[in-house]
Amino acid sequence: MDPALLPVIWAAIIGFAILAYVLLDGFDLGVGILFGFASQEEDRRVMMSSIAPVWDGNETWLILVGAGLFGAFPVIYAVFLPAFYLPIALLLLALVFRGVAFEFRYRTVRMRWLWDTGFWLGSIIVAFVQGAAIGTLVRQIPVVDGQYAGGPFEWLSFFSVLCGIGLVITYALLGASWLVMKTEGHVRARAYGLLNWLLVAVLFFVVVTFLYAVNSDPRIMQRWTDTQLLFVLPQWVLFAAVALFVSTLTRQSDWVPFAASATIVTFAYLMLVTTFWPYMIPFSLTVEQAAAPAASLTFMFWGAGLVAFPVVLIYTISVYVLFRGKVRQAAEY
Amino acid sequence: MELDPILLSRIQFAFLITFHIIFPSFTIGLAAWLTVIEAMWMRTKNPIYRRVFDFWLKVFAVSFGMGVVSGIIMAFQFGTNWSVLSEVTGAIQGPLLGYEAFTAFILEATFFGVMLFGRNRVSPGFYLFSCAMVALGTTLSSFWIIANNSWMQVPVGHEIVDGRFEPTSWATILGSYVFHIRWAHQILAAYITTGTVVAATGAWYLLRKVHEPEGRLFMRWGLSLVAVIIPFQLAIGHLNGEYTREHQLSKFVMLEGRWQTEQPARLVLIAWPDVENERNIFEIAIPKLGSFIDDGTFTAEEPGIVTIPREDRPPFLIPFYGFRIMVGLGLVMLVISWTGMVLWARGKLYSRPWFLWPTFLWFPSGFVAIITGWYTAEVGRQPWVVFGLLRTADAHTPSVTGIEVLTTLIAYAVVYIIVFSFGFYYIYKLLHRGPPSEPTGEVPTGTAKRPFAAADAPDTVTGSEATLVRRGAAANMPRITSSPEK
Ligand code: HDD
Ligand code: HEM
Ligand code: HEM
Repeated sequence: MDPALLPVIWAAIIGFAILAYVLLDGFDLGVGILFGFASQEEDRRVMMSSIAPVWDGNETWLILVGAGLFGAFPVIYAVFLPAFYLPIALLLLALVFRGVAFEFRYRTVRMRWLWDTGFWLGSIIVAFVQGAAIGTLVRQIPVVDGQYAGGPFEWLSFFSVLCGIGLVITYALLGASWLVMKTEGHVRARAYGLLNWLLVAVLFFVVVTFLYAVNSDPRIMQRWTDTQLLFVLPQWVLFAAVALFVSTLTRQSDWVPFAASATIVTFAYLMLVTTFWPYMIPFSLTVEQAAAPAASLTFMFWGAGLVAFPVVLIYTISVYVLFRGKVRQAAEY
Repeated sequence: MELDPILLSRIQFAFLITFHIIFPSFTIGLAAWLTVIEAMWMRTKNPIYRRVFDFWLKVFAVSFGMGVVSGIIMAFQFGTNWSVLSEVTGAIQGPLLGYEAFTAFILEATFFGVMLFGRNRVSPGFYLFSCAMVALGTTLSSFWIIANNSWMQVPVGHEIVDGRFEPTSWATILGSYVFHIRWAHQILAAYITTGTVVAATGAWYLLRKVHEPEGRLFMRWGLSLVAVIIPFQLAIGHLNGEYTREHQLSKFVMLEGRWQTEQPARLVLIAWPDVENERNIFEIAIPKLGSFIDDGTFTAEEPGIVTIPREDRPPFLIPFYGFRIMVGLGLVMLVISWTGMVLWARGKLYSRPWFLWPTFLWFPSGFVAIITGWYTAEVGRQPWVVFGLLRTADAHTPSVTGIEVLTTLIAYAVVYIIVFSFGFYYIYKLLHRGPPSEPTGEVPTGTAKRPFAAADAPDTVTGSEATLVRRGAAANMPRITSSPEK
């Protein structure tokens, strides 16, 4: 094993884990976001049950990302988390609330409003914080001697708030297309009705954030003007958007919207990654600079990278296979 | 008043880990115990084992869920509040914690789902295997986490390059003797805790005269488990003390509580210190016994606290009393469990209220011993975060201010109190209600991290025990499936 390759391999593993997290937890956070707008108990139960068996597995990817970063790129871990000190605490608490709300709402009638609100708000907060974090990274954070050197509210800017809202809407799009795929009747019809609005909003945010980013820093502009092959990525976003739009006209194949929105998210993510590669914290820390020493990367590679990581994949896929198909009518419940 | 971010971060860490450790302390042992009961059920087909299994599985599900929720928060603490520690020691701590996530959490998550709602979907052999895998997962988790913590207590197998720690030998780090005895101490502590809770539940039922067959079984199993393990635990505790003396003299002298070097040394039982003037205002001590305990002779000279430079001394009270509470509880456990064994041999175990009451009341002893043990180890390590090499005060996140830490500390406290109160209330209700009178034939639904579904209460919208049976697995949650099951 060539030691020079190790940082790149680990960056790829973590990059993949982030994408998996965004797609998987993205749709169940999205369902959580839409949950607040469904007023009938019947609909709420259908929505809950469409994600009940999988949402927790989805969240494990976040821990994998965190632990992977700590192990392979400790400097990133040590810069990223303090930069978002307050929002991270908010995110963690939202995760706690969201997690228990799932269970507690079925334990009580009187207090259900509380857990439902926690579930809905928790989902929004988690999505918003993640989006704002991306936006802040694009705007660049101050790093001095391998430590974060900004204030407590660096993450709060017009652009980062925009990105936060953008990610909330993106997750809602994933959630709505998930509901189309997994449910029937009323919920499915409403989700179909939402898709085009959400699609327009997501495209709007992709375009605005892209233009902002390109104009904010000449190095970003240069990356896109130098490497025109990159424009393949937004083209895929566009194809997928068209496919999604067409599918809402016919409403025939319920899996298409989800495949299309997953494609949109994947390629938007790739746009972000390729814009900044090889930087992990834009324009201050590269993959190479941030990597742990070879002794650490090798140690992790043989056990965690080569054995455990594939097992995670197999497990995730088999759970989805086990629970494939539409949600049964909630009436029986 | 100036808000000290370091002090607040320490309080925050201690608060969060104290809540977290409560759940692993219990689930590590319970997972193993459930595996044993399931194996007994497969061998004997005695229905009591199924009832006992189904009952503890629900308790396990709620505890495990809360362990997961509180653990996710722990995983981010290092980065948010101790970023210098993360940066400087990340090359060593990161892979150890990374392995925990990649090996243990995955194993737990996968098979916990099967354990909760797979009873009717997989073969009995595979079901047993799943139970064993969950137990293995929790054990592996403690393996990596204690490996990491032991490296912070007694760092080995590293070199310092440009101010950062780099691993030179993973074999040395994972082969560390200190790590092995501490891991053994922790695993046995977890088993003991499970044993005390199980026995206490049994005593409670016998005192209330409900679920008596199960109550007797809980008493027998819990007490004999503790009776067998406790001598080993005390012996390993002694080894822990020995390593402390060898590697962490500053902690060791605090546990002893003698300020001056003495020959022969006394054994201080209780003391109240005057830290400023380096003496005890009040103490009860036994002559010569200190030399004997530390060195095996009645004449040896033993160092006092004054031999440690002031700036390297940990606080006095917490390690000193934490240690005494832990050891004291260990001795109480010894007395109770061995008395139980004698009563059992004479056939009087289940009928003596003078014995049932203490057995019932000792249910928190395992948790208290574990928490005080950790306080001894961690506060005694101060002022170092990596012993002898990196000071806690130098490990803090430079950019985070006191007011920020205070904000998050209050937020965590409020949410924890709300959420865990509900969790404890569910566990209490489950224990109070006791095992079902008939095996339900179905295991309630739940998946890896939404396990509370298994902690169904009869008086909720999800229906009574009876509807649970009728509807089968997954009845108390709407299910997703396209399979043609009825
Ligand atoms: C002696 C054992 C022990 C100790 C000292 C700790 N833990 Fe723990 N932890 C466990 C034993 C455990 C466990 C038994 O494996 C848990 C509890 C219940 C569970 O689901 O897994 C767990 C869960 C758990 C989870 C959730 C895992 C999941 O999603 O399945 C995380 C992220 C952590 N822990 C992290 C930590 C950190 C960062 C600690 C130290 C500062 C820590 N734990 C101390
Ligand atoms: C691998 C496991 C653990 C690691 C890596 C770890 C690490 C740390 C760190 C980084 C701190 C903050 C810095 C400091 O004050 O020294 C700390 C403090 C503390 N930890 Fe641990 N810890 C672990 C497990 C535990 C457990 C299980 C407990 C028990 C419940 C515990 C109890 C405490 C306490 C009470 C403090 C505050 C001590 C003080 O600041 O005076 N720790 N530990
Ligand atoms: C005679 C009895 C005991 C002795 C002499 C003893 C000794 C010790 C010592 C010296 C430490 C500190 C080690 C360090 O600083 O790293 C320790 C820690 C600890 N003890 Fe004990 N112990 C005893 C009984 C118990 C019992 C009964 C339990 C629980 C049921 C327990 C649980 C723990 C735990 C969880 C820790 C922290 C983890 C660790 O440092 O290993 N101990 N013990």
